[in-house]
Amino acid sequence: MSLQTTSSQTIGPYLHIGLTWLVTDNLAAPGVSGEKVAIEGRIVDGDGNAVNDAVVEIWQANAQGRYAHPEDTQDKPLESAFKGFGRVMTDNDGVFRITTIKPGRVPAPGSGLQAPHLNVTIFTRGLLKHLITRMYFSNEPANDEDPVLQRVPAERRQTLIATPSGGRPGAFKWNVILRGERETVFFDY
Amino acid sequence: MTSRPQNLQKNLRTEALAGYRKPDRDTQPDYYYPPYASTVKRSPSQPLVILPTTLSEVTGPLFGYDVIKANDSDLTKQGNGDPIGERIVVSGRVLDGNARPVANTLIEVWQANSAGRYPHRRDNHNAPVDPNFPGCGRTLTDTQGHYRFVTIRPGEYPWRNHYNAWRPAHIHFSLFGAAFATRLVTQMYFPGDPLLEYDPMYTSIPNERARQRLVSTFDWETTIPEQALGYKFDIVLRGRDETPFENDMKLPG
Ligand SMILES: [Fe+3]
Repeated sequence: MSLQTTSSQTIGPYLHIGLTWLVTDNLAAPGVSGEKVAIEGRIVDGDGNAVNDAVVEIWQANAQGRYAHPEDTQDKPLESAFKGFGRVMTDNDGVFRITTIKPGRVPAPGSGLQAPHLNVTIFTRGLLKHLITRMYFSNEPANDEDPVLQRVPAERRQTLIATPSGGRPGAFKWNVILRGERETVFFDY
Repeated sequence: MTSRPQNLQKNLRTEALAGYRKPDRDTQPDYYYPPYASTVKRSPSQPLVILPTTLSEVTGPLFGYDVIKANDSDLTKQGNGDPIGERIVVSGRVLDGNARPVANTLIEVWQANSAGRYPHRRDNHNAPVDPNFPGCGRTLTDTQGHYRFVTIRPGEYPWRNHYNAWRPAHIHFSLFGAAFATRLVTQMYFPGDPLLEYDPMYTSIPNERARQRLVSTFDWETTIPEQALGYKFDIVLRGRDETPFENDMKLPG
């Protein structure tokens, strides 16, 4: 028997009431292995205005490249202190900040490995469905062979790649443009 | 959205992971829907890039009972006294597209109080705030996918989308399901609400039957005598393909 998926509706402007309790802005708890990264980004709309009422969620593998989920049966260590889920709200300037560890490489479809990436969802007023995107890391040779990046038109790939920020070790900048010129690549599957 | 191009499907033949089926197109709103004014500047203008199903999409965050506290599912017991308004019980099942229960999945809800006001700094509607109604709750489904909240029937509220715009009474729902691919945020409406047909969020869904599935039904079974009316709201998350091989059978060539 097959059922139709329930229709999506916007998260609306009052999302904070229901979702703030689970804000998780630091996934790199003490004892979690891997390279610590601090990501800062700004979400803007088609006019370049700050989107100050968004929630950004991330889902990622641990430093070894394993997801904390039963579907990931790879023979790699799990870390009990690392769940892989993050949730942050944008502030008045549309800025979000999240601290985590750089994920390892996870298997690609068929064979090979994907480049290190965060799976990202964006919910906000004005989005009737959430947006799905990915954040990759610059200066990462594996990006050249990542099967998802390969599928993105070359001239738009940069929108998915976080760049080192301010000369601080582990600091990355990744802005999201919802609409217009240099619009971020969003996915469906 | 768009069907997968041929060469891309061929690449998927070696894939060992079963994917999640896409909903029928007319059962989901488009991003760009000018009657809901905020979509005009916030929706993507470029077509979405179709992803292959990878381990990243078929895994996802899972939550346990450790995140739930007593009374998290009873929104009438979160203040120092009783909130104002009509008590209701909202319950239902979370199923996947293959009609199987989605067990132990986190549901988050939030809503306006009985006067149609949110306790939020950006809500400046001049209706009263209820100090005994924070307006949010959460629970996990049981092994059969059942969930249940006790709350107050939310009021309708005005918004500035267009002249004399009012939201029908609704409760916001957020669900995770078993994978990154099944994340869903939606709204539950109430039967017979005259505002539904004027609401651009509701009408953003092209398919009439899909719209109606967002409208809860009055339910005698869960109505508590002399205490609270019951409303039923079932939710379906994306279903998974049984095996990737079945799909491959359908490919031409
Ligand atoms: Fe609302």
